[in-house]
Amino acid sequence: MIKRVYADNAATTKLSERAFDAMKPYFTEIYGNPSSLYTEGVNARKAVDKARDDIAVCLNAQPNEIFFLSGGSEADNWAIKGAAELGEKKGRKHIISSKFEHHAVLHTLEYLEKHGFEVTLLDVHEDGLVRPDELEAAIREDTALITIMYANNEIGTIQPIKELAAIAKKHGIIFHTDAVQAVGTIPVDVKDLGVDMLSLSSHKFHGPKGVGALYVRKGIRLPNLVHGGAQERGLRAGTENIAGVVGMAEALKESVEVMPERNKRLEKMRDRLIDNLLKIDRSRINGDRTNRLPGNVNMCFQGIEGESLLLSLDLKGISASSGSACTSGSLDPSHVLLSIGLPHEIAHGSIRMTFSTENTEDDIDYILSVLPPIVDRLRSMSPLWEKIIKNDK
Amino acid sequence: MAYSEKVMDHFANPRNVGEMKDADGIGEVGNPKCGDIMKMYIKVDNDVITDVSFKTFGCGAAIATSSMATELVKGHSIEDALKLTNKAVMEALDGLPPVKVHCSVLAEQAIKAAVSDYYTRQGIDPTPIVGEIHDCEECSFEE
Repeated sequence: MIKRVYADNAATTKLSERAFDAMKPYFTEIYGNPSSLYTEGVNARKAVDKARDDIAVCLNAQPNEIFFLSGGSEADNWAIKGAAELGEKKGRKHIISSKFEHHAVLHTLEYLEKHGFEVTLLDVHEDGLVRPDELEAAIREDTALITIMYANNEIGTIQPIKELAAIAKKHGIIFHTDAVQAVGTIPVDVKDLGVDMLSLSSHKFHGPKGVGALYVRKGIRLPNLVHGGAQERGLRAGTENIAGVVGMAEALKESVEVMPERNKRLEKMRDRLIDNLLKIDRSRINGDRTNRLPGNVNMCFQGIEGESLLLSLDLKGISASSGSACTSGSLDPSHVLLSIGLPHEIAHGSIRMTFSTENTEDDIDYILSVLPPIVDRLRSMSPLWEKIIKNDK
Repeated sequence: MAYSEKVMDHFANPRNVGEMKDADGIGEVGNPKCGDIMKMYIKVDNDVITDVSFKTFGCGAAIATSSMATELVKGHSIEDALKLTNKAVMEALDGLPPVKVHCSVLAEQAIKAAVSDYYTRQGIDPTPIVGEIHDCEECSFEE
């Protein structure tokens, strides 16, 4: 059997043993409905409450500021549509965001545009970072919401959220951040950041899939997301995903515990991989190298196409992802790579490798032994590479 | 989206890959903006394509369809090669995901472009025989 290296932890992560063990009793033993008054229900309620407490502690929030949802996309949808509705009541129909948000944000904003909202998307520049002064300049009297992602899912750049949120606060505007790639990966303290709302997703930090949360600062009264029962303070009805929230809480606690040590290790691995891959002729790293998630490597190799690189890596046992058009399902390469100014032909040749606590230095060695020959092979059969070399001479 | 085993086989072990130094016709279609370029080389003897090779910049399907197209025309007459359709290339590969159909169109057009270049080199106007080359259909719609 060939060695497998899972290097797509920004897509999803392996469920941690600790989270899995914590979840197990809630499938077959403590299966009561938390809304029931008898013992099985009470025990299930206790589990949900404890999960909420634990997550609140990890984020430095209050438990009643944490709302359990199905995942990051739902959290983004609710935060944005909810804040839009609140703004609309005050005649505010302008939203500021950035060009390289996740589609859960961008497509929600497109939906709101169809309903009379105006949206300003801030430039993220070549380094993949929003400029605070440009945010301030974009603010209007009718701005209802500012939503800027904490860390980018493709190029891993980390935004100056504290500074951006302070600007929003100064102008009395709700500030939301999609922190799906940040929570569990880097320290997140909602009070210190000064954000009003923050989205997170369990399966990005070794928790189960299909569960996430939205932090909503006390004082922000979002409209109902799901009408029905009294769950989630009546705002998001539906019987709780008990095993899911228990697993999410356990995974987040574990991630926070191992974070300092793990990040030191991941940064070293990441930098070694980037430094060595940059030795390949006409390669580039996408996004700022310093303000970057510890496990994110996103590179372009000119003259080859990302999907064929991805498939070749898979044949060698490495799971990675690409921002090429062929993997985006459209003719255009990733909007993230275009937003940092890459021309189409270079953006097509991108590869993203993202690492977690599961990865080792051996994985980096293996990638470094396998990837450069694949680039050589694909270039040897690429008419585009032939042209690049010819133009050079 | 998943590729068939045949597609993966032609991607991992492409047939007839590489430049042909003494080609009688060379056709190139696609553009880097779209993320696909196919270049086909043919050797012609007595109206028969005796040898064919390709170079491709593109995704897995682009490489696999190029490879399959070369197999389908090698040893065949120019007349037969011009009858090659993208559908035949797809069928030979046990199908392609819908978003990859354009790759098979590109492979068909690349063969036609190579034949067209062969006729031009012979001093024959290729258009009445080969027809128009549709170079990257979807991109020309876009622009």
